[in-house]
Amino acid sequence: MADVITYREAVAEGLAREMRRDSSVVCLGEDIGAAGGVFKTTTGLFAEFGADRVWDTPISEQAIVGVAMGAAMTGMRPVAEIMFSDFFACCWDYLANEIPKIRYMTGGQVTVPLVVRTANGGGLGFGAQHSQAVENWTLAIPGLKIAAPSTPADVTGMMAAAIRSDDPVVFFEHKGLFASKGPAAPPGHVVELGRAAVARQGDDVTLVALAATVPLALAAAARLAGEQISAEVIDLRCLVPLDMATVLASVQRTSRLLIVEENPYQGGWGGTVASIVADEGFESLDAPIRRVAAACVPLPFADALEQLVIPTVDSVTNAVRTLAAY
Amino acid sequence: MTAVDAGQAVIGADELLALYEQMAVIRRTEKAAHDLFLAGLVKGTTHLAAGHEAVAVGASAALRPDDYVFATYRGHHHAMARGATPEECLAELMSKNTGLCHAKGGSMHLTKASAGMLGSYAIVGAHLPMAAGAAWSARLRGSSQVAVAFFGDGATNIGAFHEALNLAAVWALPVLFVCENNLYMEYTPIGSVTAVANPAADRAPAYRIPAQVIDGNDVVLVKNAVAAAAERARSGDGPTVLEALTYRHFGHSRTDPATYRPAEEVEQWLRRDPLELARARLEALGVSGESVAAADQRAESAVVAAVAAAKAAPGPDPGDALTDVWADGGSAWRT
Repeated sequence: MADVITYREAVAEGLAREMRRDSSVVCLGEDIGAAGGVFKTTTGLFAEFGADRVWDTPISEQAIVGVAMGAAMTGMRPVAEIMFSDFFACCWDYLANEIPKIRYMTGGQVTVPLVVRTANGGGLGFGAQHSQAVENWTLAIPGLKIAAPSTPADVTGMMAAAIRSDDPVVFFEHKGLFASKGPAAPPGHVVELGRAAVARQGDDVTLVALAATVPLALAAAARLAGEQISAEVIDLRCLVPLDMATVLASVQRTSRLLIVEENPYQGGWGGTVASIVADEGFESLDAPIRRVAAACVPLPFADALEQLVIPTVDSVTNAVRTLAAY
Repeated sequence: MTAVDAGQAVIGADELLALYEQMAVIRRTEKAAHDLFLAGLVKGTTHLAAGHEAVAVGASAALRPDDYVFATYRGHHHAMARGATPEECLAELMSKNTGLCHAKGGSMHLTKASAGMLGSYAIVGAHLPMAAGAAWSARLRGSSQVAVAFFGDGATNIGAFHEALNLAAVWALPVLFVCENNLYMEYTPIGSVTAVANPAADRAPAYRIPAQVIDGNDVVLVKNAVAAAAERARSGDGPTVLEALTYRHFGHSRTDPATYRPAEEVEQWLRRDPLELARARLEALGVSGESVAAADQRAESAVVAAVAAAKAAPGPDPGDALTDVWADGGSAWRT
């Protein structure tokens, strides 16, 4: 295997590794078989594992996720693909009412060890119904684990953890990162869900980011280093479990917090992070908590407009400057 | 679509008497649930299945112990037909720790996973894809199990019904879709909101799934039809749709007196009570009235004891409020 691979290749690699080690892992979704997925994230799986392990489905999001749930309750470890995360709305009953609740409401009689993978987020100019960052939708539902990796190695390692998890995991693959490259995960690599990574160390301000906002935050931090502002960047990796211990420890050192999120400010995950820091880290703060999030509008089509709505290196850099000067 | 000829139904007297007793237990449990609700001992709501007993008991008699069953919020009869005791069910309704789900599910979510009864679902139609998924799992594991989704007539107009039927047909899954057509979608006659006469069976041909309309109040006919469909599924020939005509003896839910149903219709269906039909068959098989009365008496005693035990059981464990979100038994979501 190449030392450096793309994020999209890391998806297929993560799936293939788990399918090789566990015959109960099966994939289903639209165009994932011989076609290799519309984002080419399942390339090679059909050739290696065949039609009994990689199942093409009709455009039936309720059937895809509902079938995965029934299979997960009866001994399989299905990995369902919902092509675009916007389509979660088409199978929301399963993500909001069925999958996260069945264990609790049966008093622990069943488990649902499944993964729902989806391409999330903007930056590719797909317009309002194919570009949303909807990780905050899932955060509103108790009972779902939520993974959103930012690097190829994390994609593979977190995929291993997600598939081996006995809990349902929603796995957000960011569309804007598919072509990005990074070191391949070493053999047997597993990244435990709920462990944030310190992507860059710094002393003056803490930037908390997720998925595509991690490279944005890192680019802003690199720019700010030239202005004698030392920014620490935390890659949350997961929203559930949420690694607040790492965030609170960082804020204790830097005393300043900027949250960078691609979902809308209105109801975005940064609100939860901010409320916990306000509650439990208030004594550490020397400045108000700030959030750079998407504007509260549907995603516009034109690149020039989309860039005005979702976080950019410029908007993050400016926010850090203001915060550092507070 | 052909109705099974009643004359061809073959069943032994002992087996039919046992099925009759199961139905009698369910009937009395539902009546007890109704009375306990009126006495203020059951909160929330209940959707009683009195009148639907033959569908659950007949189907269960045709299935293997390791087959899977998925039911709706009107699902007490399916839980009991698969082996849940009246006490476990009533205790759940009464918010007791000894309930099937430790009082975390309630009337609409009775589940007995250890008996393959994988849940009662309160979002209409949601469990049809799940049953297809359990059937897919059985096929992938080579277990020759089948899965059955029981659903009401109202579910045939929701998207999940159609998505499940299509995928089950395309993948030739060993799943049975059993519609309990009780003629009313909640308070509305199903015929007034559905484009076809038989809401489930008339849709099946669009997915090239064989379908049958059956007398859902005749436990023997239900058993035979489910046995044939299960055999077909186990042979790899794919799904079957069964539309079992039946009628509820109570309203849709606790607050519904069902005054929208014409008196003559109610009267006609009460004459076709599944227990009455089974009694007629037992008599035809030469079973004595004393034997039937003894079965009724056993059912009565069992439910009286279940009510007493459920009443005496402890309430929910406060610690359970925050358990079993995750497979490790806990609910922690952050560090």
